[in-house]
Amino acid sequence: MTGAEIILQALVDQGVEVIFGYPGGAVLPIYDAIFKQNRLRHILVRHEQGAVHAAEGYARSTGKPGVVLVTSGPGATNAVTGLTDALMDSIPVVCLTGQVATHMIGNDAFQEADTVGITRPCTKHNYLVKDVNDLARVMHEAFYVATTGRPGPVLVDLPKDITLMPGPYVPPEAVQRRSYRPQVEGDKERIRAAVELMRGAKKPVFYTGGGIINSGPKAAKLLHQLVHATDFPITTTLLGLGGFPGTDRHALGMLGMHGTYEANMAMHDCDVMIAIGARFDDRITGRLNAFSPGSKKIHIDIDPSSINKSVPVDVPIVGDASRVLEEMLAQWKKEKSASDRDALDKWWAQIDRWRARDCLKYRQDDKIIKPQYALERLYAATRARDDVYITTEVGQHQMWAAQFFKFDRPNHWMTSGGLGTMGYGLPAALGVQVAHPDALVVDIAGEASILMNIQELSTITQYRLPVKVFILNNRYMGMVRQWQEMLHGGRYAESYMDSLPDFVKLAEAFGAMGLRATKPSELDKTIEKMLNHPGAVVCDIAVDPAENCFPMVPSGAAHNEMILGADGETMPLPKVSDEGLTLV
Amino acid sequence: MNNARNETIEQHTIAVLVDNEAGVLARVIGLFSSRGYNIESLTVASVDPTNNLSRITVVTSGTPMVIEQIKAQLYRLVPVHKVSDLTTEGPFISRELALVKVVGAGEKRVEALRIADIFRARALDSTRDSFVFEISGSTEKLDAFIGLMRDLGMVDLSRTGSVAIQRGAGSM
Ligand SMILES: Cc1cc2nc3c(=O)[nH]c(=O)nc-3n(C[C@H](O)[C@H](O)[C@H](O)COP(=O)(O)OP(=O)(O)OC[C@H]3O[C@@H](n4cnc5c(N)ncnc54)[C@H](O)[C@@H]3O)c2cc1C
Ligand SMILES: Cc1ncc(C[n+]2csc(CCOP(=O)(O)OP(=O)(O)O)c2C)c(N)n1
Ligand SMILES: [Mg+2]
Repeated sequence: MTGAEIILQALVDQGVEVIFGYPGGAVLPIYDAIFKQNRLRHILVRHEQGAVHAAEGYARSTGKPGVVLVTSGPGATNAVTGLTDALMDSIPVVCLTGQVATHMIGNDAFQEADTVGITRPCTKHNYLVKDVNDLARVMHEAFYVATTGRPGPVLVDLPKDITLMPGPYVPPEAVQRRSYRPQVEGDKERIRAAVELMRGAKKPVFYTGGGIINSGPKAAKLLHQLVHATDFPITTTLLGLGGFPGTDRHALGMLGMHGTYEANMAMHDCDVMIAIGARFDDRITGRLNAFSPGSKKIHIDIDPSSINKSVPVDVPIVGDASRVLEEMLAQWKKEKSASDRDALDKWWAQIDRWRARDCLKYRQDDKIIKPQYALERLYAATRARDDVYITTEVGQHQMWAAQFFKFDRPNHWMTSGGLGTMGYGLPAALGVQVAHPDALVVDIAGEASILMNIQELSTITQYRLPVKVFILNNRYMGMVRQWQEMLHGGRYAESYMDSLPDFVKLAEAFGAMGLRATKPSELDKTIEKMLNHPGAVVCDIAVDPAENCFPMVPSGAAHNEMILGADGETMPLPKVSDEGLTLV
Repeated sequence: MNNARNETIEQHTIAVLVDNEAGVLARVIGLFSSRGYNIESLTVASVDPTNNLSRITVVTSGTPMVIEQIKAQLYRLVPVHKVSDLTTEGPFISRELALVKVVGAGEKRVEALRIADIFRARALDSTRDSFVFEISGSTEKLDAFIGLMRDLGMVDLSRTGSVAIQRGAGSM
């Protein structure tokens, strides 16, 4: 077998069906081997960043790793944003990069880049294969590392001569790693201590994140059982949406900077917090010294470095969410002594008072489409289906999507949380649609973000992927404009989107359908048309350019200092502290 | 309600057993620099050629929370086999080696030799106007010796950084 054939055999043996890629000189032997086989499908993207996001969308919506193949030099550097995105959001991706021949490395050869050097900080691990005898092992290891423990992107750099050379193949079973042993089983004593705390809780709250999705559908099922067994409220992070049914009465919605009032107040006032697969991100905690000051904290995470990183916890439990939840549930059910029911009823009554504030309320308008309204209508039109996958770009529209869509299942929501990459949504949607050809896949976009990877419309039409793009066009980098309004005296430096393309014509130029709605009365018909069209559609929805996204915990503020602005009356914008000004 | 943050800065000596492969040192150093951790000294050498293992000794400092982070982050690196915090895992011995070149004549030269003798430093090389001393010991001892040599015409200095090992029968 040649190196190229070894690579493909390894992919097949790892269960890979699809590769997202873009060719070039250094990977031609691999492309030649792809040409000669029919077990692996190759999707030709239009930019390597798109390949990685597509692989992320594929991975997040299937639970399987996404695979990327790009050439050396510019192919590899173009992939860096996607790799960083996957690292931040714990998405399993295996990225194969071409490299100049081993004897040329270090010579500033044509299209040479120090790919392992550049990607060391933005991958979970990376490899440079310098000996064809290592190739099969490294390929299998790459999949193992990407998908186990805390998942993440792994890169394998493949010098061209290695891919041409004959070498030995070994199957995945033959490979053993000596180091790297993620801990999946939780410590039983610690779990006991956690359950004890939970039993005595008067004001408990579950705070769950992307780790539930990473752990798999079983974790979501067990979480559902535990929440119902305990009757505790639960809030989910942006990345954890769908890990627990958003329509369940225990769900308080998303927490954090743009989370709901009830979720943030519950986090602030709780006496026992049970964090599962969530990493106490700064978008969640707000000002650290005011974060949930009175609570005992239990933290379940597969990555010990996520625990006690920014918030000290009382009961740390390292392990896989499913395994720990299983044990927790068993221990919870063992004893009949339920929690303090009276206290819990009082807590729920308090939560209902917070809910009554109706924090997502916005002022309706009959002339101009409110972005929230557009999403409410889109949700209403699609909620009966169970094959709806939503991706987003980054900005206000992303936050509104998180607030107004309720996800009842894991793996149906893909968004760029940690890196916040504009341009993520369209290629991610493409990847999702490749994995689920018959599903409804919608990219909820902003007009600024969508332009960052608009070229992927070409990929979408080439493969007849019926992706829907729903642009909330406010003619601003809305999220930037909102911050400028709050922090910089309304000086909207460079956040106005001048000279926007005509998105309808743009869609048509790519061979997709283009639709536009400018009045509330046109909205439902436009959505219906979009949903009924069997091919790709771009909807340009002209929304209120001045709308701000609330609730909001301003930078450097505490959870109980949030702004509820959108309830009809204009709230005076608070003065942000000097310390808050330095935060992003 | 463990929210009171312990802000005292502690120094820790951490031993890390890693695969002896290309790039592993870059991973460790990159981790420290990208996350803003201190490296007071770092040494590395192959210790087990049959199993292809190297041992890294890092002396670092930070609050207890940061030290815990450093260990967790090190352990997360794929080629890392073991992370051992010698400072918390019982008594340990730590040694450093330095080569010190002193140039001078007359009184100063005699004085340098006399001090070297007190510190049990060995003269490895000598010419009519120079010495190279080898000294090993704790970091404090080396600091003291070097401080004295500076006044006596030290022109060149090379130090290894600490290597450390647990006392008693235990091993990593
Ligand atoms: C414009 C913008 C605004 C944002 N505003 C908000 C906001 O208001 N609210 C909000 O929530 N987020 C917000 N975010 C997202 C935020 O930046 C973070 O990405 C997000 O909060 C992190 O989610 P998480 O804590 O679930 O962690 P993730 O990044 O999903 O990390 C998962 C955690 O689970 C662990 N884990 C992985 N696998 C397992 C397993 N099998 N078992 C157990 N644990 C596991 C990992 O080690 C990690 O600690 C915003 C992002 C953007 C771009
Ligand atoms: C690649 C990239 N560059 C810059 C930013 C900073 N940023 C965050 S949101 C945003 C504006 C997004 O505008 P748009 O897509 O129109 O969404 P809106 O907020 O208007 O809904 C910008 C520039 C980013 N997140 N990603
Ligand atoms: Mg916009």
